[in-house]
Amino acid sequence: MALKFPIFMDAQSTTPCDPRVVEAMLPYFTEKFGHPASRNHPFGWEAEAAVDVARGRLAKLIGARDPKELVFTSGGTEAINLALKGVAEMYREKGNHIVTTAIEQRAGIDVAKRLERQGFEVTYVPVQPDGLIDVEEIRKAITDKTILISVMFANNEIGTIQDVAAIGKLAKEKSILFHTDATQAVGKTPVDVEAMGIDLLSCTAHLLYGPKGVGALYVRRKGPRVRLAPLFDGGGHERGMRSGTLPVPLCVGFGRAAEIAQESMTAENARIAKMRDQLQDLILSSVDEAFLNGRPDRRLAGNLNISFAYVEGESVLMGLNKETALSSGSACTSSTLEPSYVIAALGASAELAHSSIRFSLHRFNTDEEVEYVGQRTIEVIKRLRDMSPLYELAKEGIDLKTIKWKAE
Amino acid sequence: MAYSEKVVDHYNNPRNVGSFGKDTPGVGTGLVGAPECGDVMKLQIRVNLETGVIEDAKFKTFGCGSAIASSSLATEWLKGKTVDEAAKIKNTDIVNELKLPPVKIHCSVLAEDAIKAALADYKDKNASAAAPVASK
Repeated sequence: MALKFPIFMDAQSTTPCDPRVVEAMLPYFTEKFGHPASRNHPFGWEAEAAVDVARGRLAKLIGARDPKELVFTSGGTEAINLALKGVAEMYREKGNHIVTTAIEQRAGIDVAKRLERQGFEVTYVPVQPDGLIDVEEIRKAITDKTILISVMFANNEIGTIQDVAAIGKLAKEKSILFHTDATQAVGKTPVDVEAMGIDLLSCTAHLLYGPKGVGALYVRRKGPRVRLAPLFDGGGHERGMRSGTLPVPLCVGFGRAAEIAQESMTAENARIAKMRDQLQDLILSSVDEAFLNGRPDRRLAGNLNISFAYVEGESVLMGLNKETALSSGSACTSSTLEPSYVIAALGASAELAHSSIRFSLHRFNTDEEVEYVGQRTIEVIKRLRDMSPLYELAKEGIDLKTIKWKAE
Repeated sequence: MAYSEKVVDHYNNPRNVGSFGKDTPGVGTGLVGAPECGDVMKLQIRVNLETGVIEDAKFKTFGCGSAIASSSLATEWLKGKTVDEAAKIKNTDIVNELKLPPVKIHCSVLAEDAIKAALADYKDKNASAAAPVASK
């Protein structure tokens, strides 16, 4: 099969909508346009029924007992904001301490920082060099003021899947609410809010082949019943937790995407992991001083994150970006001009954080694409190393740490 | 972010990649930046000790495309200039030529630093031998 360019291997930033999802959504833009809160005519009933079906499909995918436990949001960021700020405000009299981790995605970190400015205390539990959080570190961080533990399910950069069930168990034991940012996990790896003791769970449609602009927050109703202060006021939709007219076509798309994920996850993960492993083997067997980030055996099927010593990430992407979409933890590709705090949190040097490249594979990638991307990456790394002063010094046997660098 | 055509050209066809022996007579070496900052440039000049003219220049850069382009352009500009003329190259000249956006200005600053460091190293090493010509 002829390759079609550019090749997309940046599926942890977003995924294309599955055509089956688009097909399910289309009628809800035109003939089925009703407002699900219109209780007194067929247009409203039809829309409400469609949203209920979607909610049910999503509930099934994450193992929720009751579809009503799902609150639709505008996406993962809003779900995380609602979970953290909603709990903080509602339970403030109980305590002012939150335990989270150093490798949460930006929304998680930034909401925690804001809460700190508002008088909350936040502990950022460090991560082990393999990307896993030690549950004992969370236990040690808990105080009698702790009201919430928030730990991401699977990491957006290194794909590491945390021991969520163990954290849920600890939270139950201590009667502390447990939120997990599962934006990268739902639809990609088995999630079960009941078995894993999850009280709040954030997810988003566009990372599981659904549309952009819709996400959801799972809010446990029983054992314990979680209460949340809403982020904004309005018509009291979504059980008062999220006012605003539901984007019915997007909800329908989310539901269909969840249904497809449920049906195909096992077979699809096997296929994607096989391609990912091929890419990994090809690159690591051809490039010296390339380091895999994150624990290999507890990773999302599509994730491959490698630091290529002596070359800077953005320059690697630049060599490939006409034909392949990847991403990097390099400062030059971030809006903050800081290198990846996730790679840095693993204890790697800042240089290796600048040198990290994330390949994230998806449902529609092919073996031919994997072979092409692997070969081209190897070529680009070799070319850049030929013009890297660091590679030259290292090859001369000079330890880069012994050089007194004149930083800007 | 889209790159300017000139940055893409220098990235795809970098001029004067390579190294001179550090102790070769007439060679000045500048090594600036730091790995943890994501940018390191090594820029070398080879000066004709008789005339004080930079006859050749080479670079190696660890950094983004704009850093590679800035150092590649610097080597082009250095060739044929006297040591004194070379000292007048400003980072803003590089910004203008490569149409660097504000977030990439530090790449041009680093290239200017690399030029200055190479010139200083050359002058250090040749203070006695070439001083009369080099600092006319």
